[in-house]
Amino acid sequence: MASTVYQHVASSVTERTGHAQATRSGVWVGIFAITMSFAAFTSALMVRQGSGDWQHIMLPPIIYLNTAALLLSSITLERARRRAARGSTPQFRDALPWVAATLALGLIFVAGQYLVWRQLAGRGLYLATNSNSSFFYVFTVMHVLHLLGGIAVLTYLIAKIASRKGTPRWSLFEGAAIYWHFMGILWFYLLVVIATRL
Amino acid sequence: MEEAVQPAHVHAPPEGFISKYVFSLDHKMIGKQYYGLALVSVFMGMVLSWLMRFHLVWPDAKVPVLGSLAPTGAPGGLITPEYYLSLLTMHGTLMVFFVLTNAPFAGFGNYFLPIQIGAEDMAFPRFNMMSFWTTFAGFLVLVLAFFIPDGPPTSGWTAYAPLSAVGKDAGPGLGWGQNLWAISIAIFCVGQLLGSLNFISTTLDLRAKGMTLMRMPICTWAWFITSCIGLLAFAVLLPACLLLLLDRLAGTSFFIPSGLVVSDRLQNHAGGSPLLWQHLFWFFGHPEVYIAILPAVGIVSHVLVTSMRKPLLSAKVLIYSMMSIGFLSWMVWGHHMFVSGMNPFSSLLFSFPTLTITIPATIITLIWLGSLYGANIQITSASLFALGFVSMFVSGGVSGFFLAQPSIDIYLHATYFVVGHFHMVMGVAAIFGILSGTYFWFPKMSGRMMSETLGKLHFWITFVGTYCIFMPFHYLGLVGNVRRYSSFVDDFMAPLMPVHKFISIAAFITGAAQLIFLYNLIHSRFRGKVAPENPWNGTSLEWSIPSPPPWNNFGGKHPVVFHDPYQYGVKGSKGDFVMQDSPEQIVSG
Repeated sequence: MASTVYQHVASSVTERTGHAQATRSGVWVGIFAITMSFAAFTSALMVRQGSGDWQHIMLPPIIYLNTAALLLSSITLERARRRAARGSTPQFRDALPWVAATLALGLIFVAGQYLVWRQLAGRGLYLATNSNSSFFYVFTVMHVLHLLGGIAVLTYLIAKIASRKGTPRWSLFEGAAIYWHFMGILWFYLLVVIATRL
Repeated sequence: MEEAVQPAHVHAPPEGFISKYVFSLDHKMIGKQYYGLALVSVFMGMVLSWLMRFHLVWPDAKVPVLGSLAPTGAPGGLITPEYYLSLLTMHGTLMVFFVLTNAPFAGFGNYFLPIQIGAEDMAFPRFNMMSFWTTFAGFLVLVLAFFIPDGPPTSGWTAYAPLSAVGKDAGPGLGWGQNLWAISIAIFCVGQLLGSLNFISTTLDLRAKGMTLMRMPICTWAWFITSCIGLLAFAVLLPACLLLLLDRLAGTSFFIPSGLVVSDRLQNHAGGSPLLWQHLFWFFGHPEVYIAILPAVGIVSHVLVTSMRKPLLSAKVLIYSMMSIGFLSWMVWGHHMFVSGMNPFSSLLFSFPTLTITIPATIITLIWLGSLYGANIQITSASLFALGFVSMFVSGGVSGFFLAQPSIDIYLHATYFVVGHFHMVMGVAAIFGILSGTYFWFPKMSGRMMSETLGKLHFWITFVGTYCIFMPFHYLGLVGNVRRYSSFVDDFMAPLMPVHKFISIAAFITGAAQLIFLYNLIHSRFRGKVAPENPWNGTSLEWSIPSPPPWNNFGGKHPVVFHDPYQYGVKGSKGDFVMQDSPEQIVSG
């Protein structure tokens, strides 16, 4: 026998915005999973470091320029988000130049990372040369692969805004921004690990 | 900045064979696809176990047809010791990944989670479709290992390094066979990550009006908790598989130590840590046990409460216990590594939380037993398998007490005791959960009733047979019968052969009994009695819609939820129950 008096509660429960909210949740859940993956890579590094064959590698200076480009891209994307958020409906066209700038900076970062790999290879440091170079390539390549996902979404957003055939969903735009900022934070973390541990 | 509420339909109604049955966006079809893949996998895994059991007791006998299917592994039909390990590896991998993860979580979860929370579909239908087809690709890559000259891998479903990492020097199956294994599991991880993401977002954001978190049915809670565990677990196994592949294909040394000589050849690797693989693998591996078992706990609770026609002692405590198990599952991976050579003090650290997990597990069991006490339970195939699950969960769980203690585990670790333990608590128990769910939800999924007579026959043979197979394993382990050996005839274990023969015969009979289930499933799908909307007088939302449900679940309407999920034994109502979406007021009495 139920011991509670149940009342009509439908009106008291706030109706959720549904899929828009789910998109935001999905981005955060994805970020959580990616964080976990890189935590696994980091713990692998810590265990592997105990083997005693650790040989530090000198980082090519261009990696810091790449970092600056990625951090700058977060600023441009935030600028885009604020531009788009002016008014009662999303002003995507106002934001378009800033989204394009973000995409360009993202591509500069990827090209810069490619140059870093070329420079390391020029010094004879390949994926399997030693444990440090192995982790360096694993960290940087995995980060670039995840960043390419962000680049794909930015490209889609730009194409959608420029096409004048409908507008992208705001939640997608916002989700892309959150993901892109996370890529910057993740890279900053990886740079600290790379600079101090490898 | 907020956008308008999305339209009711998340995708258009499917038109044409391809969009309806193959690349479907409908969570129900995707759920069925997962279930179908699990069904194929479970019969494949079962045949592999038959071959193993056959070879163990008749090591000199030839298996007809096998000689032509696997000319290297079983020349003339005679299984080589290496091929026995291949069978063992593929059995474990198919069962753990493609059955125990696919059916109770991805299969039933996909089909029923959106319906039970009042949603029209998953939050990301395209990701959902990709999730299944990615998993299917992983399955194909794994099965491909049977058809390559190298043969399937021999390193077990746990793929311990350095055996799994050094390549073809280590023996048959450890060249491209092992590569395919690692690629398959990496692909599988991607599929499960997409699935978990969908489950979590859907549960958090697409619940119907009135469907508060604590009003969700217990199985929805189980799928939600499982998806949280899966998200973190597969996010660790994926990097582990990538590092393994790099060791194998790119010459890195993550898992291969210095100076390793295999088949008289010095391996060109240095400084890697085999223990690192074990840490990464079991950090996934132990939570995987709960990925398999928690959905079954949820399904069984859902079935039992419907069959008992009265509420559980405390659904909330059961949900909190499942959460506790999920949380503790992250702190116990080292109990799989007591004999790995890790610091003995670490063993103590892992032993304590392992024993602690028995507390929420016991609470769950006591809630079931306490609720069953005095209940006038309706005996159906579904409720029988649910009761069978409780029995297996307890029988298999009790042996966990022993293995959680390092001093005892060191003796038992490499024996059949462990095989008996995990097959009962994780393998067969979860299978009983899947079968219970199948008999319970088949009418909703197909619009037809299954045969109860065949279902009950299936239950009794399976229940008795399972105990005949796995209980003696504990005895064998206690007397020192090592696992992973392909035969026991020429050594001190020969006196144990009669027990092995008994187990093998029980395995053949129990396995054959599954054909009754298969017949019932297929026959009922086409010839079964037409199912009503609510054949079991259930209260949750899946019973408020037609059987089978329309493509958009609620016919374009938005359900409103008024009650907790299990309002049974309610006096004064038309039946003895009140459905979740019924505006009827329940007066305390």
